[in-house]
Amino acid sequence: MHALLGENGAGKSTLMSVLYGLYRPDEGELLLDGEVVSIESPRQAIDLGIGMVHQHFMLVPVMTVAENIVLASEPRKGLLLDTKAAARRVRELSDRFGLHVDPDARVRDISVGQQQRVEILRALDRGAEVLILDEPTAVLTAQETAELFKILRTLTAEGKSIVFISHKLGEVLEIADRVSVLRRGKKIETVSTEGATEESLARMMVGRDVLFRVAKEQSSAGAPLLEVEGLEVEDDRGLPAVRGLSLEVRAGEIVGIAGVDDNGQGELVETLAGLRRALAGTIRVDGADVTDADVRGKLEAGIGHIAEDRHRRGLVLGFSLAENLCLRDYRRAPIAKHGLISPQRMNERAEPLLEEYDVRGGHCEALALSLSGGNQQKVVIAREIAEDPKVLIAAQPTRGLDVGAIEFVHRRLIEQRDAGRGVLLVSLELEEIRSLSDRVLVMYDGRVVAELAPEASEEEFGVAMLGGRREAV
Amino acid sequence: MSEGEGEGTHTVASQLSGYLRGGGIVTPLATALIAFFIGGLVVALTGSNPFTVYKAIFEGSGLNWLLPWISSEDRTLAALNLQQTLILTTPLILTGMAVAYAFRAGLFNIGGQGQYFAGLFVGVWVGSSFDGLPGWLHILVVLVVGTLAGALWGGIAGFLKATTGANEVISTIMLNYVALWVGVWAFGLGGPLHSDSPSDESVPISDAVLGDARLPVFWGDPELQGLHAGLFIALVALIVFWVLLNRSVAGYEARAVGFNPDAAEYGGINAGRTYVKVMLVCGAFAGLAGVIDILGWQFAVATNDIQNAGVVGAGFIGIAVALLGRNTTSGVLFSALLFGALINGTSVRNLDPAVFPPELATNLTLIIQGLIVLLVSAPVIVTALYKLRPRRSRPEDPA
Repeated sequence: MHALLGENGAGKSTLMSVLYGLYRPDEGELLLDGEVVSIESPRQAIDLGIGMVHQHFMLVPVMTVAENIVLASEPRKGLLLDTKAAARRVRELSDRFGLHVDPDARVRDISVGQQQRVEILRALDRGAEVLILDEPTAVLTAQETAELFKILRTLTAEGKSIVFISHKLGEVLEIADRVSVLRRGKKIETVSTEGATEESLARMMVGRDVLFRVAKEQSSAGAPLLEVEGLEVEDDRGLPAVRGLSLEVRAGEIVGIAGVDDNGQGELVETLAGLRRALAGTIRVDGADVTDADVRGKLEAGIGHIAEDRHRRGLVLGFSLAENLCLRDYRRAPIAKHGLISPQRMNERAEPLLEEYDVRGGHCEALALSLSGGNQQKVVIAREIAEDPKVLIAAQPTRGLDVGAIEFVHRRLIEQRDAGRGVLLVSLELEEIRSLSDRVLVMYDGRVVAELAPEASEEEFGVAMLGGRREAV
Repeated sequence: MSEGEGEGTHTVASQLSGYLRGGGIVTPLATALIAFFIGGLVVALTGSNPFTVYKAIFEGSGLNWLLPWISSEDRTLAALNLQQTLILTTPLILTGMAVAYAFRAGLFNIGGQGQYFAGLFVGVWVGSSFDGLPGWLHILVVLVVGTLAGALWGGIAGFLKATTGANEVISTIMLNYVALWVGVWAFGLGGPLHSDSPSDESVPISDAVLGDARLPVFWGDPELQGLHAGLFIALVALIVFWVLLNRSVAGYEARAVGFNPDAAEYGGINAGRTYVKVMLVCGAFAGLAGVIDILGWQFAVATNDIQNAGVVGAGFIGIAVALLGRNTTSGVLFSALLFGALINGTSVRNLDPAVFPPELATNLTLIIQGLIVLLVSAPVIVTALYKLRPRRSRPEDPA
């Protein structure tokens, strides 16, 4: 198993797209089993035994698992799809590799982890010998990741080759045999994972030493800024997602919310930000009740929100950076007067922010979609902090970022804390929660099931995150 | 690296509006040229010479008036033709904006024609009533009431989308038909707005707009349908369009929703309310086009004209205008002029039958219009053509 490691924009995904025939190389040649091959299309890549599991799954949500897997090579009965044969084929395949899926379930109804298995099975069904996985763990929970690794080990034991793309150092060290580090489109080095450390890999990736744990002073928590009591929220399907949750964030502290994905964190954050309605309970900011306030009301009350998904929520990718930086106050003076927006005042505000936050490639007129993920996130953070919130809600603030950008984001969050603001950090990365938070709340099934000190052992966290009600501290 | 493309809702309209994000002159020019080229091939197939046909169309449009070297005799004729071209261009500017503004908000307003009808019908009704009102006041009242009627007609589609999620493509098309048949009923024989004047009683036509409620002609002979002041109203509306889109809070909200409704919501923008506002504005533009046509040169509405316009009316051509003009202010102006010139240049009255059969010529306009819509709205085709060149294919999943 070979891992490809590199920062955002280092060329990992591009390289893999070349292997899969999505791009054609400008120069150079590809060798497969010692022979020069030229791959013109994904179809040809499949014929050569190369299978790809994309980061964004390419599945048809309304079709069943079996239909997705046999797509384009369906067993037929006359003109019709032979569903029984398809299900049988899928079952044989999943038994052989130990990947368990229900062939008759519809893809839209199964979890992300299972969808990924479907993708892997589809590649195997087409006879893949070399399997390329593009950041497969980015969307998985810790448990799902562990299961995926088990599957990958089975596959290598069966003689399959696996190329594993990632920018998570720990995972690479855990799963891969050899690692190639890419930086700005060049291979820096290929090393064996034996003897390599996270620090040595990070240095190769970024080209300098990286601090993994941000140094921070002891916090001195003040008055409560955010008080949530008995909050109940439903998810999009109308099922209870947050069930009677209470929490408190004080001035000058970072409260972390740990938990396995999909335990109500998303709904909690959306409710606090005004994007979702609370069914019951109260939300108070600095003493004022803002339970039923909308986005604008919550914002004016002092809730800043670094959205979990910067593409879907945090940014309008087709807008310029200046326009994005005023997304939260475009209708207020000094940006707007009498219903008209002044581009000049918009730029006057944007320029110093872009400079202060070191947004690379960022001038006022540049479109948000032209920036790399890390720089996009800097724009989001700059905007939310510039609003001078009392409470900053950071949802997965470092998702998809490379180590350099993560360090930057972490430092900013600590700065906010030290400036006397309250920070609520929601993340699936336990390591991130533990290194930044002053207190950690563990969320399970829509409730806070434990409050732990960040120093608590990984095992204690693990038990709490899986719903074991063991009050620690 | 881990960045996919924006994952907002992907409707046809939002994809189109993304593709058609303002700016760029090469693509629209190339699009028009390809359309004219294919149109030329069609002309050649009929056995005529495409070059002489295009030259005749150009002269028929009166655009040769702009050329400094033509003789004064030609210039007199060209002036008459250019007046007609600009009369046709005026509503196209407005209906083009009615489609373009919706596109920028991620909506596909196919209802320009219905909104145009609303302005036209209310315009002729109010314009032919209230005898004795001072002329300028009468004109102003008709303009305002007709524009509001168009806004209301467009607003219905916006309201339905905001409250029930009804797709605006379907609802605007249906509202076109509602407007059309209401008009046929109201102005038809025995209809409530059918003309009372004895000479017209057996013809399905409305009363005519009163003389002093008609827009003044400022170029050419009022008796020979000279150019009326509606052109200036359309140009002022263009400025309003630009300010609204690029400098106003409402336009910022519309564009934000057009790019990404989820991010807009995060910015505190209510998408539903924005849809209603946008469709009100679109309807107002298209309604204004209808009023200007009725006060400027049509003066009365006949039911067979309504039924013709239901197929090839200004509201529909506005879609092509917006697409070719890439939803920008200057783009709408120039493509409206192009279509105005094309329609006038290929009209039966202007094209010499010896050069090209006029009944085919009108269809040539439709062919070129159709090709432009097809080329602009099917970037896939253009990309596919582009892909024929070796190497550097476009990736399916930009990483």
